[in-house]
Amino acid sequence: MNHLIPTINVADLLWWVFASLAVGGGIGMVTRRNPVASLLFLVLSFFSLAAIYVLLQAHFIAALQIIVYAGAILVLFLFTIMLLNLGHDYQSDLRGGLWIVWGFTTAGIIGFVLSRLFITTDAVQTGRGGAVIDAAMQDQNAVGAIADPLFRDFVIPFELTSILLLVAIIGAVLLAKRRV
Amino acid sequence: MVQNSLILSAFLFAIGTAGVVFRRNAIILFMCVELMLNAVNLAFVAFSRTVGIDGQVFVFFVMAVAAAEAAVGLAIVISIFRHTETVDMKNFNLLRW
Repeated sequence: MNHLIPTINVADLLWWVFASLAVGGGIGMVTRRNPVASLLFLVLSFFSLAAIYVLLQAHFIAALQIIVYAGAILVLFLFTIMLLNLGHDYQSDLRGGLWIVWGFTTAGIIGFVLSRLFITTDAVQTGRGGAVIDAAMQDQNAVGAIADPLFRDFVIPFELTSILLLVAIIGAVLLAKRRV
Repeated sequence: MVQNSLILSAFLFAIGTAGVVFRRNAIILFMCVELMLNAVNLAFVAFSRTVGIDGQVFVFFVMAVAAAEAAVGLAIVISIFRHTETVDMKNFNLLRW
């Protein structure tokens, strides 16, 4: 009697749920007038993306997405909105007229060209990186599988990242503290 | 699932682009840019299923750059808000002409 129910892969079903949540969060962020509501829609979108990373077997990246993006960067945005007291700002800031046409045209062209490129790309069908990643995660667990290439092949970019963050810290403090 | 994730990332990037064009609130503009960065991250993670772990390492770097960009960008927004008492993009034309 089970054959009456079409077999659905649970991972695929969850993928569709979280993909629609991510797109819905993105559309909600663009259309809400209140900046706080907009930001909370973006948090929804980022959490759904973290779930999709888990479904793509990128567990460490999913944890980083929640801790760094939803936990740190978006809270920084929320602090700024509340510091500038923009939460009561309900006047519409949507552009009108030609901007709308231009926006839909640009977004349509970018979405169409990118998805067409991704549909026809060969690497999706031929690559075997997934098996390599799964083996590395069996061997070294989720963090070790990323840490190994990060500290072996990408040491110099990693150190440059620390300089970039230092520059950003100093720049942010200088810009925000300057007397006007 | 890999191919679907790539198409989802194209859609999210397009939504972020549309938001950058539609909105005039500078903070929401930054949030749209963050959404575009996340779309690129999703494409990197999806390609890591076929190309190898390097895609996930790149996501790590993109996140560091996004954090730096958000910190400096919001500092600029606060600094301009002190001058003009608004975050509307139509006042952000100091370097335009």
